[in-house]
Amino acid sequence: MSKRSVADLKIGERAVIQSFDNQLMSLKLLEMGCLPGAEVCVSGKAPLGDPICLNVAGYCLAMRKSEAATILIDN
Amino acid sequence: MKSSPVIALVGNPNAGKSSLFNQLTGLRQKTGNFPGVTVDKKSGPWSITDQLTANVVDLPGVYSIYPKSLDEQIVTDILANPAHPDYPDVAVVVVDASNLHRNLLLFTQIADLGVPVILALNMLDVARQQAKDVNAVRLAMQLGVPVVRINARTGEGIEPLKKAVLGQLRKPTLQEKLFFDPGEEAADLIADTKAQYQLGNNYLALQYVIQHDGFTFLNHQQQAGLDAIITKHQFNEPTFQAGETITRYKRIANVVAETVTDQRPADQATWTQKLDRVLLHPVWGYAIFALVLMLIFQAIFAWAQPFMDGIDTGVAWLNGRLKDSLPEGPLTDLLTDGILAGVGGILVFIPQIAFLFLLVALLEESGYMSRVMVIMDRIMRKFGLNGRSVVPLISGVACAVPAIMATRSIGTRRDRLITILVTPLMSCSARLPIYTILIALVVPNQRVLGIFNVQGLALMGLYLLGLVSALLAAYVLKLVLRSKERSFFIMELPTFKLPRWNHVALTVWESVRAFVWEAGRVILAISIVLWVLASYGPGDSMQRAEEQVRQQSQPLDADELANRIASERLEASYAGRFGHFIEPVIRPLGYDWKIGIALISSFAAREVFVGTMSTIYSIGTGDDEGVTIRERLRQERNPQTGDRMYTPALAWSLLIFYVFAMMCMSTLAATQRETKSWKWPMVQLVYMMALAYGAAFVTYHSLS
Repeated sequence: MSKRSVADLKIGERAVIQSFDNQLMSLKLLEMGCLPGAEVCVSGKAPLGDPICLNVAGYCLAMRKSEAATILIDN
Repeated sequence: MKSSPVIALVGNPNAGKSSLFNQLTGLRQKTGNFPGVTVDKKSGPWSITDQLTANVVDLPGVYSIYPKSLDEQIVTDILANPAHPDYPDVAVVVVDASNLHRNLLLFTQIADLGVPVILALNMLDVARQQAKDVNAVRLAMQLGVPVVRINARTGEGIEPLKKAVLGQLRKPTLQEKLFFDPGEEAADLIADTKAQYQLGNNYLALQYVIQHDGFTFLNHQQQAGLDAIITKHQFNEPTFQAGETITRYKRIANVVAETVTDQRPADQATWTQKLDRVLLHPVWGYAIFALVLMLIFQAIFAWAQPFMDGIDTGVAWLNGRLKDSLPEGPLTDLLTDGILAGVGGILVFIPQIAFLFLLVALLEESGYMSRVMVIMDRIMRKFGLNGRSVVPLISGVACAVPAIMATRSIGTRRDRLITILVTPLMSCSARLPIYTILIALVVPNQRVLGIFNVQGLALMGLYLLGLVSALLAAYVLKLVLRSKERSFFIMELPTFKLPRWNHVALTVWESVRAFVWEAGRVILAISIVLWVLASYGPGDSMQRAEEQVRQQSQPLDADELANRIASERLEASYAGRFGHFIEPVIRPLGYDWKIGIALISSFAAREVFVGTMSTIYSIGTGDDEGVTIRERLRQERNPQTGDRMYTPALAWSLLIFYVFAMMCMSTLAATQRETKSWKWPMVQLVYMMALAYGAAFVTYHSLS
């Protein structure tokens, strides 16, 4: 089974960030506080399920599903 | 100490930077462009002591010094370039105490660049609500820089901030040791760069290496030199940068652990989260957005109308007064018919622009606009746009010029370019007078289903046509413009806040000022040129035209004679000749030379169309102009067939033409400035004109 990513999370589900699978996107996400080891929680989804809203480091971050899919999580 | 030091305000978006800026400068702020780039710059004087006034510069909000969009680029461009005129003597980094962890990332980067910094700890009240407390003294000791507690909304802490700034100006203290020193991990690379570019700071040298393509202050040779250094050391920029961010956050976590006490109870839904459940709801989210849009339209078209009428009357009154009091002659004509008519055409749109920006500013200030971007992103993406394109498209309903400037926050170059290219298809307020007159001419003033007015429906249809064509054009452009760059949408959703009213007022004032100034200058120039072209003809042809009228039509009364003469003179003028010259091109759309002149003249700005039409059809002043021009157009006969000239086919053809046509110099100028190339305004001009021509052609021939 391939690794799970933040995009696979349901609303309210929590996970811990493990790594990134896209270097360029990871630069942007790292700066916003999406760090390996940080806990994230999907707090909501836009209509049609994309983009998603993520609680990370104490604030709310919206991103597209395709971007969330580059954040791999522990399972 | 310098006599007029520069103080830069830097910080994350929503950290309270602009509030602090307003507190420090009061209302004495100036807007302008940063030298060499077209990004809005706000600056203003701040009296620190009776003798010392500093120039405060408000830089765009950023999360790090690695920029993600055009408006963010400016921050690094200034902070990494001590030769920049806005390079700060002191940088005040405003941080959100309720989110210290993330906010300190930017702070440590700026401190590492070797800029004298002060940390302004803001939003302590928000932190306290979340049961968090920040120990400012410990923070100052940990970071080795002055820390000041402030409340940017109320103005608390300004005095201590002044003292800290004075201290830094007298004797700048820098961090003893870099928070993150690239010299430890990439010693050779840093040493090489420092030697070659005479740099003293390790972190600045790293920025030269990583960001040299984006630094506008480096020339091609210097950029190529840095490429060579990267190759020589086989330096992998993204990996290093990712490592830097992670290292910084690790060290910041230690600092935060030492300084912040957090007694937050386990996850309680905040009222922002509760609101978001409704605003991002699959059904309610869109329903609320639709309501907000309706409110905006209502404001622009209904509420603004009395103010627009007032301005119109005022300009007409002033024009009349000038005509009466000044001696008759070409100079008076130029002043009244040329300059005042042209400028009046701009001023009349101020209420619509002001209402639009008032509402957009309220939506942005409250935090709702970012929710709109989130719910629209998926739909916009299908058309090659971005959630952030929503703001420019909405603003385009008032005027494309500020709308195009609003695209700067779009991070992907391609998304931004497509947004710029399609925004002018949104029906701006300048099209409204044309729509109104022509619709009144061909659409009956009737009601359907009891409540809807047919003319109103036709008007709405034209606006929808503009929107749909903008989306379709974006879709086509998406297929044409290939890009390796990946489109992205990562955005912080700010918590909901009450708007700061003075901030809202300032935003409205600035957009109105920019609109009047930017568009006004172009229109002023064009109206002078047009007036000359319409007032003079080759040789004595205009005199001869006048004499001919006098000989032919003796029994006319004075007014009618004057009108006939004006009309004949216009035909004989340079503008008239030009209208005849282009007639073959516009003939297939059903237009004659008179409409030709109006088309050409309205290229300066669409609203000129109506004015030119009234001149061409020699409508005397004094009557209610709107009614008169409609009647006059209704009576106009086709000289060849003797039938009505303004048939529904012709009117619809003109309407459709104006929905698509790129008839606006100011917009082209804005596109040129924002894309820094002549290619894109040309592309915009050609594709929109082709669209207008094609659509008008089809309309004319299918209706006649």
